[in-house]
Amino acid sequence: MPTPTAETVRSGAASGGAVPVRGAAARRAKEWARRAPLLPALVFLIIVTQLPFVATVVLSFTRWNALAPDRRGFAALDNYAAVFTDPALRASVATTVLLTVTVVLVSLVLGLGLALLLDRKFFGRGLVRTLLITPFLVVPVAAALLWKHALYNASYGLLNGALTAVWRLFGSDGAPQPDWMTSSPLAAVETALIWQWTPFMMLILLAGLQSRPADAIEAARMDGAGTFAIFRYLTLPHLRRYLELAALLGTVYVVQNFDAVFTITSGGLGTATLPYTLYQTFYQAHDYGRASAQGVVVVLCSLLVATFALRTVSSLLREEITR
Amino acid sequence: MTPTTAPASLRRRRRANGLLGLVAWLCGIAFFLPVAWMVLTSLHSEQDAATNPPSLTAPLTLHGYREFFGAGGGGLSPWPPLVNSLTASVLSTLLVLLLAVPAAYALSIRPVRKWSDVLFFFLSTKMLPLVAGLLPVYLVAQNTGLLDDIWLLVVLYTSMNLPIAVWMMRSFLAEVPVEMLEAASLDGAGLATTLLRIVGPVALPGIAATALISFLFSWNELLFARVLTGVVAGTSPVFLTGFVTSQGLFLAKVCAAATVISLPVLAAGFAAQDKLVQGLSLGAVK
Repeated sequence: MPTPTAETVRSGAASGGAVPVRGAAARRAKEWARRAPLLPALVFLIIVTQLPFVATVVLSFTRWNALAPDRRGFAALDNYAAVFTDPALRASVATTVLLTVTVVLVSLVLGLGLALLLDRKFFGRGLVRTLLITPFLVVPVAAALLWKHALYNASYGLLNGALTAVWRLFGSDGAPQPDWMTSSPLAAVETALIWQWTPFMMLILLAGLQSRPADAIEAARMDGAGTFAIFRYLTLPHLRRYLELAALLGTVYVVQNFDAVFTITSGGLGTATLPYTLYQTFYQAHDYGRASAQGVVVVLCSLLVATFALRTVSSLLREEITR
Repeated sequence: MTPTTAPASLRRRRRANGLLGLVAWLCGIAFFLPVAWMVLTSLHSEQDAATNPPSLTAPLTLHGYREFFGAGGGGLSPWPPLVNSLTASVLSTLLVLLLAVPAAYALSIRPVRKWSDVLFFFLSTKMLPLVAGLLPVYLVAQNTGLLDDIWLLVVLYTSMNLPIAVWMMRSFLAEVPVEMLEAASLDGAGLATTLLRIVGPVALPGIAATALISFLFSWNELLFARVLTGVVAGTSPVFLTGFVTSQGLFLAKVCAAATVISLPVLAAGFAAQDKLVQGLSLGAVK
């Protein structure tokens, strides 16, 4: 049976019954009246976000380094050749993928665990939720500075300070004092990001858990299903969409991350991600042509991710509409 | 609960529940610990902040905050960046609402044809990395004298938050009951009355949530602000990145700065935890 979509229902409501057709001109005027509230936002967004991308594409075919302005000209595919043969850029693509996948997967698993813990009544649940959300609400630059100086720092950071304190407790002065940021720079950046993004995953998954039909679970429990069986066969399938949504939104945000890499390692020691590399090519090397070519490549890559993301969101949206 | 449930299994489940509650508490504390440490360090003197092992019980002082606000002398005043951040965030949030609310109306209550395509166009602009469009924006700003101008950030932050805002507002407005719109139209209610009496009450919480999300992202933004502003229009995150270059001990001062700059976002976020999910998931999760 075809279910009426929100579109048909709403347009039926909006036309408000019988309106005599007074020719094509009147109908067109009515359609424009409908579109009018939409246009300012649409035009604004196209000018501010789409035109720059067009300009980026054009610039990517020009030879233009601000430090050598007299050599400006048409470069054909030189910039792209430079981009694809640049080992540093290829390394930063690998770093971006590794960082994004690690951060998204780990925070998704942690977020799922925390959401399951919070999806039950216990003393002080609201307060625990607030505590867990806090990392997400710290300004990203502030969070990165906090991890770099107050936690990771080899001589006075909290991590090594805690090691010293624990070793002292057992009467030893030889506590290990690793330099976290130089011994494992990528993990240092990832940990800070996971700390910030786990609450995000938790919030989405918690919303998913709380939209679970309670009667099905009660029925399964009556039938003698164990906690694990309920999780595996009822909760997890229900959560699938929410897991996908959280993973894809997380990917969209984390892939673009600049603050943490910029602050904690300044892109050194193999932690330069694509946004950071692009920033460097443009802002420090002033190679506008090559930065644009990098930008085009980045956009094409993210279109791939975006297509999946959009599809997931649209499936959620359709569910909402047909409900 | 059925009366046939054995008391022993009930007790076992209750005990497991209590234990898991304890685990949840420990996790909450673990995630909160870095923030607590930041605040505690900001209240210590520079000497006490930089000890190893950490001095948890050192006397508290507001020295770090006084240094941050410039009483210690030498440093730049944080007030211009704070005011800049506030200006950029508030103005862009207002602009976002001004553009997003009518757009959402045209995508839900009186929808244009192919409204879902338009909706997905909005979202797709959000998926493209901002950094790729940064260079042309920079060049245009350079040639029009808009570099280091707060209005440039206002416009960019508006475009950054507009797609999320349209999605969120639409998800709220879609909840306006169709029957009530029909009834109002049958009763001969005009557009103004319909907006005020029927759409308004549903839209207001949505507007609040949208404003919160928009404010949060604008306040946090670093990359654009760093590239496109300088001494005049620099925002708080930019100020924060330039804060560590000083010689000597600075940990307490940095923690004080990080605390002060995070405070508006923390306050707003705590006040509207539930709205946060809806905003971040573009209204897909309620």
